[in-house]
Amino acid sequence: MDSTIIRERARTVGMAPQQPLLDLGKQVRPGESVIQGFLFLCGFMTIFTTIAIIIVLGRESLLLVNSKYIDESGAIHSIGVLDFVNTTEWQPHRYKVGIAPLATATLLSSFIAMLVALPFGLGSAIYLSEYASPKVRNTVKPVLEVLAGVPTVVYGFFALQFMTPLLQSAFGANTVEIFNVASAGMVMGIMILPLVASMSEDALSAVPRSLREASYGLGSTRLETTVRVVLPAAVSGIVAAFIIAISRAIGETMIMAIAAGARSNFSLNPFESAWTMTGYIASISGGDLAYDTLDYNSIFAVGLLLFLMTLGLNIMSRAVVARFREVYE
Amino acid sequence: MDRIAFVTVVFLGLIVSLNGSLSAAQAAARKGYRPRLGALLGAATGLPVTVLAALVLGTLFPGQPILSVIGAFAAGMAALGALRRALPDRAAGQDALPNGEALQRTIAARHLQGAVLRSLFFLSVVLAIAMLAILMWTVIDKTFGLTAVQYTVQPEDLVVNGEPVNRPLDELTGTELQEILADNARVARLRVFVLEHVTRAAEADWPALSGEPVSRVLKGHEYPAELAGVAFNALDEAQVASLLALNLDRDSLQELVFDEIIQPQVVDSWPLWESLTRRDAIAGFVAAEYPKAEVRWRSWVSWEFLTSPLDPRKPDDTGLRPALIGSLLVIAITIAVAFPVGVGAAIYLEEYAGDTRLNQVIQTNISNLAGVPSIIYGILGLAIFVRGLEAITSGQAFGASTANGRTVLSAGFTLALLILPLIIINAQEAIRAVPASLRQASYGLGATQWQTIWHHVLPYALPGILTGTILAISRAIGETAPLILVGGATYLTRDPEGPFSIFTALPLIIYRWTTLPQDEFRNAAAAAIVVLLALLLTLNSVAIILRNRFSRRLS
Repeated sequence: MDSTIIRERARTVGMAPQQPLLDLGKQVRPGESVIQGFLFLCGFMTIFTTIAIIIVLGRESLLLVNSKYIDESGAIHSIGVLDFVNTTEWQPHRYKVGIAPLATATLLSSFIAMLVALPFGLGSAIYLSEYASPKVRNTVKPVLEVLAGVPTVVYGFFALQFMTPLLQSAFGANTVEIFNVASAGMVMGIMILPLVASMSEDALSAVPRSLREASYGLGSTRLETTVRVVLPAAVSGIVAAFIIAISRAIGETMIMAIAAGARSNFSLNPFESAWTMTGYIASISGGDLAYDTLDYNSIFAVGLLLFLMTLGLNIMSRAVVARFREVYE
Repeated sequence: MDRIAFVTVVFLGLIVSLNGSLSAAQAAARKGYRPRLGALLGAATGLPVTVLAALVLGTLFPGQPILSVIGAFAAGMAALGALRRALPDRAAGQDALPNGEALQRTIAARHLQGAVLRSLFFLSVVLAIAMLAILMWTVIDKTFGLTAVQYTVQPEDLVVNGEPVNRPLDELTGTELQEILADNARVARLRVFVLEHVTRAAEADWPALSGEPVSRVLKGHEYPAELAGVAFNALDEAQVASLLALNLDRDSLQELVFDEIIQPQVVDSWPLWESLTRRDAIAGFVAAEYPKAEVRWRSWVSWEFLTSPLDPRKPDDTGLRPALIGSLLVIAITIAVAFPVGVGAAIYLEEYAGDTRLNQVIQTNISNLAGVPSIIYGILGLAIFVRGLEAITSGQAFGASTANGRTVLSAGFTLALLILPLIIINAQEAIRAVPASLRQASYGLGATQWQTIWHHVLPYALPGILTGTILAISRAIGETAPLILVGGATYLTRDPEGPFSIFTALPLIIYRWTTLPQDEFRNAAAAAIVVLLALLLTLNSVAIILRNRFSRRLS
């Protein structure tokens, strides 16, 4: 109701108010502003987390290279930034911090995991999206979700109890050590498989039906339609899924800590035990780790590298989607 | 040639065979043969040629497995090429575009290709499901099975007044049990039983207590008046046993006799599959190896397992209680922090945030945080909560006496940061699904923005928000790496009591037991995994029920 009408009415009933009866203009509500401010702070918490990660990892990593360490004999050691890339030995307690052995083991285990996760994940996605009946799809997808929801420590148990004995019986117990990168990597592949499958399946089923029907109309078989029409149309989503999968593999900790063994090993032999970057961090932090020692600082340096690698991969995956996505109306 | 090279060659040979069956089918169809014939020929050529080439190369150049493997693969592919070329062309001279019978053959070849690959795609799905089944079986296999149980004192060797007891424990009276205790245990152990089971004094106080008179040691408990002034460590076996009998009921006495005098011990264990299939062999083995032991079925998950304290020395006697309590306390703090903050952030981003630069940064940042490995959050928690805010997380600022910041509170905060992005993303989706007409109706009635959100948007989105939160929490319960970093213990003598106490958690205990050398700890680890998975399954069922309710209401 307009305020002029109210005033008009008021005059007709014989009253002459100086003020309008009802002010419908915008009012200042301090309570609302406080709530909005609090909600903004909640959102800003996440920015704070990122800043904290960067500051903490960066600061302690700087401490690592700026500190002087005194060993039992009284000799003073210091660590240079270039030692990380120039040397190939990782023995922090002996002041040797070449990152190469950890990085190699991480890449090797991730490579093995991808050998399992990518082909079988994509295969499952294609089957579920292109071949399976809705009934099969609705049964299989929850099963894959369960597989994805199993805690990684359980996968570690699985690697040690099932995969390692399997590899040992296939290749001989002399070749395959009890703790080995291959077993951990393969189980990690199984763990990541559902992620690849579900992300690729999303990408495949987002391809419009009309494209498939056009292909069938030209006489293609279902396989030809899938391989030549649907896959190219969904390629950005699938590549993004692959990149996310690699980032997951690099950051996975518990399977490595349990099944890949605990020693620094600069080798490409997957049947030997080796510390990955995550495996190193986990196995050295068990128990009471004294502050401001070389070991303590080294986990931050390794963590920084890990953070940058996974962050880079995640940003890359988003860039792939943004750059190559086909938009259908 | 060594085993690895051989397995690799066989694997490569299978790929060559598969490739052969696909390409030769089409080549055959083009040249005027039935595609099935081509597929068979291709498959039959690939594997044998590859393996044969590997064997020949292996004898020619011993010690160079990589050369043999690569050479074998090349030979297999070359053989396929030769096969395709060697097929005499029956369709020569026909039109470039196939028609009639030739067309039929080409189509059949393409469908054959489709069928072969379809079965490969299907195999991937089967493999994924089979892996889940094998994983579950590996756990179950270790959770149940036969064990060889040996007694420290055989029940028939128990004596009362020098005479053997020939009746089962269940039939004995309290007095007889008291006599068994007095006759079969040394006095020092009996005194420990009193301190442990009757007075429940802290272990550190035992040396000081034992010199005190009975009236002080057993203050608040029953004791014969004539013993009141006697020093506790001057009592003899019969007197201490009488103290036990006075303060414990018959069943507790029987338990004491069973656990402490008879002391059953698992000396060997077998997984479920072996226990089912090789029962007789196991019985024979036990009879030969441990003549005094008894073969017995055992479920490693049991009520005692859930409720007993941890024991780092006895895998067959250890419980899980401190880990269960620790996990629940940590998760309670995680929920208390992450739920309000997460939902608040989601409301801000969906309802208030304009399309400004800052809000875009917040949104991008959330999806980046969701991809940060959990161990990084552990490092963050170690630096900030355990070390930086030690005064708060150890509770020293509030008068608690924990030595450092490796507490339930630090772990809860760390996990809260970890699942915050997940909660925000899920809550945002739930809020986005609330129809705009609901908000407009509310504004139309004159409600403010917060009134609209609180009374209309949130109630509508709540089931979706809860579903997302529960899924995020079930992720947090299984997280291990961050807890290792913030210093979760793998063995605790006492249950965690509150936010400022040191802690252990279910996944930490599983990690510890999995990596210990004794095989029986693997059984305990499997049992703990069963508990963890049951917990997660319950949570997920609740989430699914909520989701179904939600979707029913929307339709």
